[in-house]
Amino acid sequence: MSGTDKTTRHSGDGYNFAYLDEQTKRMVRRAILKAVAIPGYQVPFAGREMPMPFGWGTGGIQLTAALLGRDDVLKVIDQGADDTTNAVSIRKFFQRTAGVRTTERTAEATIIQTRHRIPETPLREDQILVYQVPLPEPLRWLEPRETESRKMHAQEEYGVMHVKLYEDIARHGRIVTSFDYPVRVAGRYVMSPSPIPKFDNPKMDDCPALQIFGAGRERRVYAIPPYTEVRSLDFEDHPFAIQRWVESCGLCGSRNSYLDEIILDDRGKRMFVCSDSDYCRSRRETEDSGPTAVVPENGRETREVKA
Amino acid sequence: MYVAVKGGEKAIENAHQLLDAARRGSPDIPEISVKQIREQLSLAVDRVTSEGSLYDPDLAALAVKQAQGDLVEAIFLVRAYRTTLPRFGVSTPVETGKMRVQRRISSCFKELPGGQLLGPTFDYTHRLLDFQLLDCPEQAPAQASKEPLGQAPGQEAEQAPDDNLDAEGSSPMVTGLAPQDSRTADTLPLGEPGSKEMPSIAELLRGEGLIEEQQGHDGAPKDITRDPLTFPATRDQRLQSLARADEGFVLALGYSTQRGYGSMHPFAGEIRVGRVEVEIVPEELGFAVCIGEILLTECQMLGKYSGDTHRPAHFSQGYGLAFGNCERKAMSMALVDRALRHDEFGEDVKGPAQDQEFVLSHGDNVEASGFVQHLKLPHYVDFQAELEIVRRLRAAHAAKGQDDGEEGSL
Amino acid sequence: MSQLINKEAPYPVVPEQSDPDAETERKTASSKPCSPGVDDNPLLIVEDVGKSFNGTPACRDISFMLWPGEVLAIVGESGSGKTTLLRCLSAGIRADNGRTSYCSPTFGEMDVFTSPEHVLRQLHRTEWGLVHQNPRDGLRLGVSAGANIGERLMSLGQRNYGAIRDEALTWMRKVEINGDRIDDLPLHFSGGMQQRLQIARNLVTKPRLMFMDEPTGGLDVSVQARLLDLLRSLCSELHLAVILVTHDLGVARLLADRLLVMQCGRVVESGLTDQVLDDPHHPYTQLLVASILEA
Repeated sequence: MSGTDKTTRHSGDGYNFAYLDEQTKRMVRRAILKAVAIPGYQVPFAGREMPMPFGWGTGGIQLTAALLGRDDVLKVIDQGADDTTNAVSIRKFFQRTAGVRTTERTAEATIIQTRHRIPETPLREDQILVYQVPLPEPLRWLEPRETESRKMHAQEEYGVMHVKLYEDIARHGRIVTSFDYPVRVAGRYVMSPSPIPKFDNPKMDDCPALQIFGAGRERRVYAIPPYTEVRSLDFEDHPFAIQRWVESCGLCGSRNSYLDEIILDDRGKRMFVCSDSDYCRSRRETEDSGPTAVVPENGRETREVKA
Repeated sequence: MYVAVKGGEKAIENAHQLLDAARRGSPDIPEISVKQIREQLSLAVDRVTSEGSLYDPDLAALAVKQAQGDLVEAIFLVRAYRTTLPRFGVSTPVETGKMRVQRRISSCFKELPGGQLLGPTFDYTHRLLDFQLLDCPEQAPAQASKEPLGQAPGQEAEQAPDDNLDAEGSSPMVTGLAPQDSRTADTLPLGEPGSKEMPSIAELLRGEGLIEEQQGHDGAPKDITRDPLTFPATRDQRLQSLARADEGFVLALGYSTQRGYGSMHPFAGEIRVGRVEVEIVPEELGFAVCIGEILLTECQMLGKYSGDTHRPAHFSQGYGLAFGNCERKAMSMALVDRALRHDEFGEDVKGPAQDQEFVLSHGDNVEASGFVQHLKLPHYVDFQAELEIVRRLRAAHAAKGQDDGEEGSL
Repeated sequence: MSQLINKEAPYPVVPEQSDPDAETERKTASSKPCSPGVDDNPLLIVEDVGKSFNGTPACRDISFMLWPGEVLAIVGESGSGKTTLLRCLSAGIRADNGRTSYCSPTFGEMDVFTSPEHVLRQLHRTEWGLVHQNPRDGLRLGVSAGANIGERLMSLGQRNYGAIRDEALTWMRKVEINGDRIDDLPLHFSGGMQQRLQIARNLVTKPRLMFMDEPTGGLDVSVQARLLDLLRSLCSELHLAVILVTHDLGVARLLADRLLVMQCGRVVESGLTDQVLDDPHHPYTQLLVASILEA
């Protein structure tokens, strides 16, 4: 048995640049090109098994692997932060298999792979945002069948998306979808923005950066080309609105960023901090905005602001 | 003063170290070798080759070791390795009719040409714990019987053909072929190559027109590892998908068809386990050369079809094929394959096993396990969003309760 | 010619009985440009439609015309092929042969059997309605009554929540469902209410043609009577053309202008409802009529 050969092939060095072989990368890039050409349309692609489990970012990883060049600077975030375990794991994977520079600073990155957030720092034309997507099909909640949901997309049968929003308003007086809030891209395809909070939805609209979405397990790629109109679905008399906090970030004082709630004790003592750790840090570095006091508060209210 | 949690990197490193220690177990016990796993846990290894869809018992045994015996994890390791293999070629279809069988049974006929061969099977064992196996003295390798049971004299020469052929460089599906994979070949009786004496049950019935004709296939079969599965899936895609699917899942679905969530009363037409030669046609040669042997399990399930105006009554087939000795999987696969063909026979869809989108989308344990377990990843951004909505709804509910003093609907 | 093509002189549907005049008449009708809104033109022209399952014909040689605002009942016992015919005409299944042309304000004169799927799906959301025997097949049980009615409006681009709700309330009133049930799930409605909701869900886009499969089946007698009354007034108020499949001659008599009697996949008799029921010619029709009289 030629076991020794195989052992060496298992060691990190034996793999191709950025893990995937060049043919596979080409296949993925073709799928990305098609996705860019048809904004919001889910392009099937022959997703590979990756050395991480499905559901842990394999779609995004394949897109990043296919796009990564030696000069790229990669940033990986999960929940907005660079130091969450899965972000660390994915960043390490590319450090090992591609040896590219990595960064935690949004402004320095050329490719940003993300799960569940869009960075607060506005993106630029020379950046690509790669989303990890668990369930790419926005119609799936209602139509479990791929054959049927594809027809609905083809024929723009999107009435059911509004049925869901209608139900929210009828039952709760407002739209209660708070993340993975469906959008319509370039006036055509209804698309899942992946489970980002709806707070981030407006950032997708007319964004200078290319945004691509990879669903590894479901084997789909879709994209929003730069400067494309992205509208969150809503009603004229119940317009889309994003979350806002009464509180500001306990570390940097930001009033405009998405905040994570931190439970400090078992008596309702909480504080709020930016979910985007890089944004928070740069604010603390540049502006001299010292941490605000922790305000324990019960029954806090948040207000909705029209986007 | 709150400080954002750091140290994910360190935590991961520590976790990896703990995992290594857990895998090794007590250092007082000798470490198990990959060879021991390959030889003595061969059915675990077979399942990993089969669902990992990579025929390499050594690597599968390594994966079993590395995964601490978690077979789904081992399958995942093998799949992830498989992805990185370049594809050198595609084998010609293997001829299971020429299988050198170690087991071959049919439940349809008492006697059939070629005979029934029970082979190594749990089937008629009494499931009593064998306490003699508790004693496992440190010992030299047992003397393998040079003349295995039932072995025809003079057959030795026919075993292990092409000894000098290196399995590396063959089709990625099959990397550990017979020359290296000496397991079982030396110790188990194998039938003669050549199909004439042991025609498949399908061939026996075909003479009378009693069994459905094999469907012709236009062009090369699709490859679900190269092109994404799309629906409706064709039978070649379905069979590939089932071959990689989780044994437990396919077993449960196959079982469900027997309990009325399907529409066939099946007969195990034939089950055979044995070795077949794998041949490829190198472009520069233009003819087929054998690159080794693989162990396969094949199952043909037969079900009565009463016919319609176009077709007379006959037996329809469900087909199962698995790497290694994976009889339960092959049988279940054959049942599900037949159930998924309901449209060809105008059968009502009564159960999940007949629903191809359901079956094919949920059978892969690497996908399923990954997605179920991804719930362990942080979701606090989404949770925060839901928390905000729930608080808001509670506030609205409380306000409404004060207004009209009664519960809101829902 | 135009006098010949009207409701009072329906095209004979039984090929054996067809005469040369009728043949030319049919050709004239189908080659005429479609002018929607003019009742002189048939809405639907069905020619020689047939469908087999596994080689067994379920319906064959079916031809008839349907005019705007006309209610046509297809009657026969179960297994006579009437539901198969309905499913072919509404493009739920593909017919083996024949053609059906539909005169659409949007698409002009079109062949239902060869039209692309997206056109048919659009018709089903706008100009056509389909009422299933079991309302559960035609409703979204998991969403509120209001959303069930509003769905078609939303799929046509209505984006004002308040307006959708008002429209839903209007239709609930029309089908006699109390407006305060608007946010309730139809899952908890009675069978009669579910059926009325299904009808409202279809009518909200003011279709021109409705396909109904035993709309009163499975309802008890008093509920049936109320639903029939409702359907009759809605049909005339909305100038609806309806193809109604029923095994119940009572339902047919109450609702239908004209009847087709089917047996073993063929139309054995057709004509104005009262004529057919009061003076049945075909022995099978006589048997059907006699059986209700006895009952």
